[in-house]
Amino acid sequence: MTAHARYFGHGLPYSKVDDLKGALITIEGTDGVGRTTQVAQLKQWLEIQGYGVIDTGWTRSELMSETIMAAKAGHSLNRLTFSLMYATDFADRLEKIVIPALRSGFVVLADRYVFTAFARSVVRGADPKWIRSVFGFALVPDMTLYLQIDVDSLIPRLLEDRRVDFWEAGMDMHLGTDLYDSCRKYQWRLIREYNRMARQYGFIKVDATLPPDQIQARIRRSVQALLEERRMRTLTENLQSLRPLLFEDPEDAARAGDRTGRAPAGLPDAPVVNRPGRPTGVTDS
Amino acid sequence: MARRQGSPRNRGRLIVVEGIDGSGKSTQIQLLRRWLEARGVKVFFTDWNSSDLVRQATKRGKKKNLLTPTTFSLLHATDFADRLTYSIIPYLKAGITVLADRYIYTAFARDFARGVDRRWVRDLYAFAGKPDAAFYFRVPIDVAVGRILGARAKIKFYEAGMDLGLSADPVESFRLFQGRVLEEYDRLSGEYGFRVIDGTRSIDAQQRQVRDLVSRLFDHPAAAEAS
Repeated sequence: MTAHARYFGHGLPYSKVDDLKGALITIEGTDGVGRTTQVAQLKQWLEIQGYGVIDTGWTRSELMSETIMAAKAGHSLNRLTFSLMYATDFADRLEKIVIPALRSGFVVLADRYVFTAFARSVVRGADPKWIRSVFGFALVPDMTLYLQIDVDSLIPRLLEDRRVDFWEAGMDMHLGTDLYDSCRKYQWRLIREYNRMARQYGFIKVDATLPPDQIQARIRRSVQALLEERRMRTLTENLQSLRPLLFEDPEDAARAGDRTGRAPAGLPDAPVVNRPGRPTGVTDS
Repeated sequence: MARRQGSPRNRGRLIVVEGIDGSGKSTQIQLLRRWLEARGVKVFFTDWNSSDLVRQATKRGKKKNLLTPTTFSLLHATDFADRLTYSIIPYLKAGITVLADRYIYTAFARDFARGVDRRWVRDLYAFAGKPDAAFYFRVPIDVAVGRILGARAKIKFYEAGMDLGLSADPVESFRLFQGRVLEEYDRLSGEYGFRVIDGTRSIDAQQRQVRDLVSRLFDHPAAAEAS
């Protein structure tokens, strides 16, 4: 994140984020695409490699978790309060979990991110510009993995796996008389919104209809590329900062530079690495 | 509220009061309510931060000191959105006058003083409509401190902005924090066309001024008689 940490909008003026060392990786996708399973496996794999990992999930904040559950159990939520409660939960986790973890150099895995709020709010008729400005305090993630699915593949999965809840079926929107009709229309609209954002924000798409282990393999490849690039950049920065210590006398430094024609041996300007390309450009077809 | 329904004649009026803690605005709005009710005007009153929806979260957040400037702001916005939907808009549409003790300007002034971005908090409340009248009770900080200490002997943690660590002394922290809020209110005053009332004048003198201005908002007979 080092020089790259930035906000979606006006940010948190009272919070310094230019020293964030970790990486923020978010996993998006509609209900029932297997995000949570994939995050758990990814976390384990990263930890085996020695990375410190912290995961955070939608509505799991200390401040709001119970309140959101209670509100969803009732029927007083409207699209404004629905969006604002999510934003409160998100802000609590961002400031209390995500930013401190990034500052300490952790890889943060976010199961759902602002895009879930954008999709759900816009589908419910909120102004897309308004909901984006509300989340203007959110950090732009280093990578967003998008588990993409079509509605025809999704619906049987949702119904098979477990009971579809009132909100996942969008029953508050009165799109259909029964759960199937409502769920299908609601999820179709959500998916359309995610697909639009995939283009707008450069999500890395992963086909969610593939077997879970193949999905995981693709996720790992993308994450590895990001972390490798990050590691190389840190290494370069460290070397740059060491240079004045090694060559205290500017003339020494100049002579050392002369010999190689550029940087002193052992301290190249940038290590030559096989860069896997910009992670945001990686797509699965 | 942005798109008002029904003819303006039948719509209720939205009257709000603003000012720092200890400015006397709550006293004034209660007196206004008495007067309107005595004149037969249907009135509904709504208080800042009073919905059931986020009460538990706000209470817990304050008690355990969990709140950041941003979550503080968002919780209040959620509370406001809930009240707007259930306690403000329906009443206005039904022709009932709504009196609000604090409105979005409280958030603009206070949340900015707490450190959130000025533009962000305004965008956050973009869904709220403009009131028919916004009274701003202006008092110097020393007057407010004197009133708060005299009445309660204890200053509340968040009211004093103790979460910001401005000072370990609650009175000094109150002075610094409310001073910032006051400064921002003054800034908002011109921008949003507040009707400024000198909060150091006597209670009845202020109330006369308020009633005089409010009577002009009504064009139906009950209130016209009152003016």
